[in-house]
Amino acid sequence: MTDVTTNTQVRVAEGDAEFGDYVALLKPRVMSLVVFTALVGLLVAPVSIDPFIGFTAILFIALGAGASGALNMWYDADIDQVMKRTAKRPVPSGRVTAGEALSLGLWLSAISVAMLGLATNIVAAALLAFTIFFYAVIYTMWLKRSTPQNIVIGGAAGAFPPMIGWVAATGSISLEAILMFGLIFMWTPPHFWALALFMKSDYHEAKVPMLTVTHGRKETRRQILIYTVLLVPVALGLAFTPVAGPTYLAAAVVLNAIFLKGAWDIWRRDEAAADADNYAVEKKVFRFSLYYLFLHFGALLADAALRAFGVM
Amino acid sequence: MPISQTHELHQRRFGRNLGVALCLVAFMAIVFGLTVAKIRQGASMEAFDLQPRVSITPIVEE
Repeated sequence: MTDVTTNTQVRVAEGDAEFGDYVALLKPRVMSLVVFTALVGLLVAPVSIDPFIGFTAILFIALGAGASGALNMWYDADIDQVMKRTAKRPVPSGRVTAGEALSLGLWLSAISVAMLGLATNIVAAALLAFTIFFYAVIYTMWLKRSTPQNIVIGGAAGAFPPMIGWVAATGSISLEAILMFGLIFMWTPPHFWALALFMKSDYHEAKVPMLTVTHGRKETRRQILIYTVLLVPVALGLAFTPVAGPTYLAAAVVLNAIFLKGAWDIWRRDEAAADADNYAVEKKVFRFSLYYLFLHFGALLADAALRAFGVM
Repeated sequence: MPISQTHELHQRRFGRNLGVALCLVAFMAIVFGLTVAKIRQGASMEAFDLQPRVSITPIVEE
């Protein structure tokens, strides 16, 4: 008897994925933003929450976001295959089958909603369930392929996490939660359209009705400016609620001034100028938009810390 | 040359099984931790119906 393995030519079956491939289905980079904004929503709430329950709430909000990411990758495999940016994702590359992505998404949705409900309250769980439904069904299955307003309305899915964090702590929705939602909701269109301006061929080839494809790039530049102008009062309005303080107000004034200037610069440029410097301004504004959101929520956290230590 | 050779496929499957096992252990730890946290908070509730569980509520002296 011997334990010699003779057959080393085992063919790798389709869908024989590594564990990391399943993690990739949950869109870890999007999850990190969800974790951060939900954590801020939970920590700035005027109610103290047991640290372990708080940790569990954030974990299952993140898992719910991951579940909707898996459902998105299941449904969008055809689009992802065409776009350069997404072609290496687990489903279009063949490492994970579409069916696996679907069942992982459905199971994780059920687990995350049930566990969030048990850990915190029914309202938070219902909001998480609605967010998953909104992202997977309303955005992915319907809006993304049918209207150039896909980013605008679909952005709501990304805007819910701080509200869910707040509701997990307090049990109800309030003005502060709505404004935190509004901040991400209004930020999403200029953020994504700036990306769409310099990733131009991708969306076009995938036939996704991005604003740049349906209404042209000049109109996209105009819409970036309009949404940035609309974003400013929401961001500044949050400064006058009890969750914000001087840190947030100072950060909001500076960040909104810079973002507004960036949107203005994008609007004033034409395609010839953008082509000449390889979309330098658009890329700069897109990068800044990431800092913009991170620093707004970071400032809210800083003000909450100052309050906790009795500085304010 | 070793007398037994593990195919890359087996390593991949092992990694996947290990990942699932660790997730399950983590889930157990979370459920246990949640139970401890809820009881520490004094959640003398029966399941999820929010009815006070009479058998574990403190006796009130008249």
